[in-house]
Amino acid sequence: MLKVEGLTCAYGKVTAVRDLSMEVREGELVTLIGANGAGKTSTLKAISGVLAPAEGRIEFDGDDITGASARAVLQKGIAHCPEGRRIFPYMTVRENLELGCFLRSDRDGISEDMQHIFDRFPILQERSSQAAGTLSGGEQQMLAISRALMSRPRLILFDEPSLGLAPNLVERTFEIIEQIRADGVTVVMVEQNALAALELCDHSYVLESGEVTLSGSGSQLLKNKKVQKAYLGG
Amino acid sequence: MNRFLEVSVVLFLASIPFWLGNLYYLHILITTGIFIIAAMSLNLLLGYTGQLSLGHVAFFGIGSYTSALVSLGFDLELTESYTFVFEPKPVWFAFLCGIVLAAISGWLIGRISFKVRGAYFVIVSISFAEVVRLVSLNWIDLTEGPMALNNIQPFTFAIPGLWELTFFKKEPNYWLVLGLCVVCFVIIRRLVQSRAGRAMIALRENEPLATSIGVDVTKYLVLATILSAGMAGAAGGLYTHYVRIVDPDIFLFIYTVTMVIMVVTGGKGTLAGPVVGGLIFGILPEVLRAFASPEVQWIIYGILMILIVYFLPEGIVPAVTQWWQRRARGPEGSMSQGSAPGAAS
Repeated sequence: MLKVEGLTCAYGKVTAVRDLSMEVREGELVTLIGANGAGKTSTLKAISGVLAPAEGRIEFDGDDITGASARAVLQKGIAHCPEGRRIFPYMTVRENLELGCFLRSDRDGISEDMQHIFDRFPILQERSSQAAGTLSGGEQQMLAISRALMSRPRLILFDEPSLGLAPNLVERTFEIIEQIRADGVTVVMVEQNALAALELCDHSYVLESGEVTLSGSGSQLLKNKKVQKAYLGG
Repeated sequence: MNRFLEVSVVLFLASIPFWLGNLYYLHILITTGIFIIAAMSLNLLLGYTGQLSLGHVAFFGIGSYTSALVSLGFDLELTESYTFVFEPKPVWFAFLCGIVLAAISGWLIGRISFKVRGAYFVIVSISFAEVVRLVSLNWIDLTEGPMALNNIQPFTFAIPGLWELTFFKKEPNYWLVLGLCVVCFVIIRRLVQSRAGRAMIALRENEPLATSIGVDVTKYLVLATILSAGMAGAAGGLYTHYVRIVDPDIFLFIYTVTMVIMVVTGGKGTLAGPVVGGLIFGILPEVLRAFASPEVQWIIYGILMILIVYFLPEGIVPAVTQWWQRRARGPEGSMSQGSAPGAAS
């Protein structure tokens, strides 16, 4: 479904990602793990069109989307849930969700999806007219994920979904992501929490200073000595 | 109920010339109204997209000069043998030309500066205003430079042969300004409540996120600049045909600063903010003039501004709205008053 070949990204003279190749098949949950600055976020940004790659080729469903605008990529069905501040704090919860389907114009489908999300997260419905900034960290995360779903993507890119959340919420977030995958959406996730990421995924890529050093299925990597030592504290 | 309140405010404002009885006060209200339109246009950029245009007076001045020149007519010696002669056109047409040219320059500035954002727009807009000022000062063939363009006609509306109305007097000018204020207010309100307005607010709040949900950031910034510049041009046109003289001093930086002050103290990003700020800083200098010498006046003006920015950093309108909501909700309702979405990080 998604194919990345020889991707290189640079910020000025600093190369963040070097000759990265990866493949994601339909329905899979693929994770990128690695330390800070390994190039995980840049890879996601390059796929979603927020960052123009210096070299390489990105294909989605056989179409070349290298260097396409974020808008065009989203239209193709790839949603990006960026890291850090993930919501519009001064807008209401409902407005945040509506912005998620900024490119859609099918009113019926939108209200259907909105209802679907409210069924899944009743708290968002309860607070739908409240400023999103007044939600708790976990609720904001649910809102951010829901907003990404509102574009009806076929592939979602999650950037550090567990960052800055309390442990019980981290678990809940991963449950939600698994649920999304079970609904048939393909997921690519960047995650610092390597143990959770490896347990959850079908396939994983380990990044070190911008390069893929290891890849394999989650269970393979969990058994790998190097991974255990570097990322799992064992 | 709200609609009723709005209509009554407009009707009240429209009734002012009937009972005010002092033409000088009416004059102050007219110039204040013109500045309010300019401040509203600036608010569209500064308040809703978060871009600071420190050369906003350029659009105002371009509207003024264009409207004046088109209504007066001009001739340009292009080569030794060929002179381009532009015949005078009706004032309403000149006024529209002013709006269009201001909007086009807004588009140009937007295209140039929004490729890279942040400080660049501020710098480009300041430089643009300065360049336009120098052109108006030195292109004497066209603009008369410091000698100024004068004898500009007042607004005229006519159905040929049937009816003609010339806005010589203060009252019709006041209604004209009021009418345009209302039109601009309604346009801005419609815009910010639309899909495009949502996109603008989204990119003000978090640009990377707005990009990632598919908002074409540059497109909406340029759109806002075009509209904003066009409105400032309209204010400039009104000013020209009311004061009936225009010189390069119209491009002075202090006018931009005045607009920024009006927007910031009133409350940027609110619909009523520029109106409230404009009324305060339009009328205040005249009120102070009665009992304070000019130097003291400017000091008071400055102190008041610092006080407002210090104690009401969001501006007057949001502060009053919040106070009102808290009062309406009563003490027991203050539970969900965690109205500081700053907790977002």
